[in-house]
Amino acid sequence: MNTRKVYLDHNATTPLHPEVKKKMKDAMDVYGNPSSMHNFGRQARKYIEEAREEVASFINADRDEIVFVGSGSEANNTVLSLINCPWRACNMDSFDRPEIITSEIEHPCIRETAKCIDDSAAKVHYIPVKSNGKIDIEALKEKLSENTLIVSIMMANNEIGTIQDIKEISEIVHQYDTLFHTDAVQAVGKIPVDVKELNVDFLSMSAHKVYGPKGVGGLYIKDGTPFCPLIRGGHQEQGRRAGTENTIGIAGFGKAIEMRKKEMEEEEERLLVLKKKLKAGLKNRIDQLKFIGHEEDCLPGTLNVSFPGIEGESILLYLDMQGVAVSTGSACASGSLDPSHVILATGLAEEYTHGSIRISMGRRTTEEDIEYTLDAFEQTINKLKQMTTYTDGIRS
Amino acid sequence: MNENDWVYTEKVQDHFMNPRNILEDINEYDFDGKGMTGNLQCGDEMLFVIKVDQDKNVITDCKWKTFGCASAIASTSKLSEMAIGMSPEEAYDLGPNQIIKALDGLPDRKIHCSVLGDKALRAAIDDYWKRNGMEDKIPKDKKKVVCNCMNVTNHDIEEAVLHGARDFEELQEHTKLGTVCGECKPEATRMLEEYIEKHFSND
Repeated sequence: MNTRKVYLDHNATTPLHPEVKKKMKDAMDVYGNPSSMHNFGRQARKYIEEAREEVASFINADRDEIVFVGSGSEANNTVLSLINCPWRACNMDSFDRPEIITSEIEHPCIRETAKCIDDSAAKVHYIPVKSNGKIDIEALKEKLSENTLIVSIMMANNEIGTIQDIKEISEIVHQYDTLFHTDAVQAVGKIPVDVKELNVDFLSMSAHKVYGPKGVGGLYIKDGTPFCPLIRGGHQEQGRRAGTENTIGIAGFGKAIEMRKKEMEEEEERLLVLKKKLKAGLKNRIDQLKFIGHEEDCLPGTLNVSFPGIEGESILLYLDMQGVAVSTGSACASGSLDPSHVILATGLAEEYTHGSIRISMGRRTTEEDIEYTLDAFEQTINKLKQMTTYTDGIRS
Repeated sequence: MNENDWVYTEKVQDHFMNPRNILEDINEYDFDGKGMTGNLQCGDEMLFVIKVDQDKNVITDCKWKTFGCASAIASTSKLSEMAIGMSPEEAYDLGPNQIIKALDGLPDRKIHCSVLGDKALRAAIDDYWKRNGMEDKIPKDKKKVVCNCMNVTNHDIEEAVLHGARDFEELQEHTKLGTVCGECKPEATRMLEEYIEKHFSND
């Protein structure tokens, strides 16, 4: 049994950066409540404000515009729930607007929240995407009106890596004085993000996608934007997110972002080279396949590929046996019967929809890893090809 | 927890990693019966081909192809082992329960969608009987899969009617039929009406 382990599931989560681990170990002994005025509290507060400064400057925001939350999902839930607020003591004058717009390829935490809203508070429009995963801008324009409170479009897709033209979209959205949110959980730390240039009102982030700890997220709220907290009952985060701050986690998030500042640019170039190699290798070794997602506007470390008539869970498990960890949009692996909504939204032919595999590389992925992965893929696909009914002569 | 702990049993793993009786090339395999079930859209499709010694009335060989997940592959492989040496009549009675037992179990959510091999095998046996003038052996009121995606049969539809299903939505609540590709809706609706007529007509 070989012992090589190749982790290619960085869009699911990442290992802690060694520097992050160090920082979190330091923070573990700082137990004061960051809200306390005494020395113990002030020590903890220092860790949090340092982290806030790191995160804010990384995306060109002001410190006060960053709210720490429990996850990227919480950040997304918070923004979409603005329309649902039963309290309305906040300054959300725009509540008279009964519609929100999102896309067909958003993360489940947006989709599920939107569905709840659709059942109660407001009408939700879902904008389709083109086969490369880009939002259909014309469809967006059609649905957009004075009735739209919020538009939420993700910056980079977790499954296929397609990067949206956020700046262009926010310009269109703001013509109606509509609020614009982007879920940038997969983008921040992988590609440059500048909130002023993008001109977004809300932006969601997550620590564990960029070598920080699980259980910490960030929400950018543009200064002056109407807001209402999802978790109430405390003055923390300037009243925008109740609950005693997770000092250790937030310190880790800050360090992770600090390391991104140093490493991201170089890593982006390196990953693009590896992806090119991976793509060429797969094409050479396997005769039928399809790459899903946008050719250029794609996360540097993400590659989504599908094999006709071969089911994703089978591929994943064979690769796992060989030490290679990937993920799949196949129905079988998720426990539902429908393949991934993202893959379906791209309008792929039916023989491809159950066989999509997401390969997401990261800072420790090496050229040798890619060589090894290509061998593993070749063996796996050849083996499964012998078994599939998607073969000449079967249907005659 | 062992890091090698799988969602599947060792037997499933064995049949998935080392599948038995794969059909290599259908053009070079001289079969006596062929049957298929499922479809690509649903994510599972199985083919069975069998060879039968007509004098001894024994399935002497059977081969398969499967498009599907690990449990689909393993359950088809296991079934092929079980069927060889049986008479067509015996093999006809093999169902998901025996296959699952022989594999030491499958996760619940996998059973409906991935254990379809027995339907393909029955179709192959039907085909063998038809080719050899033994149509009368094909059971008249036999189970017929209506919804391939969720593996729902005419018997399940009748059962649902007896338990109160009166329209298509209620039928879906009872059986989950037609919740994936929806191809079966017309046939299922017709059967639903037939069974309501059969059991609850006032005449």
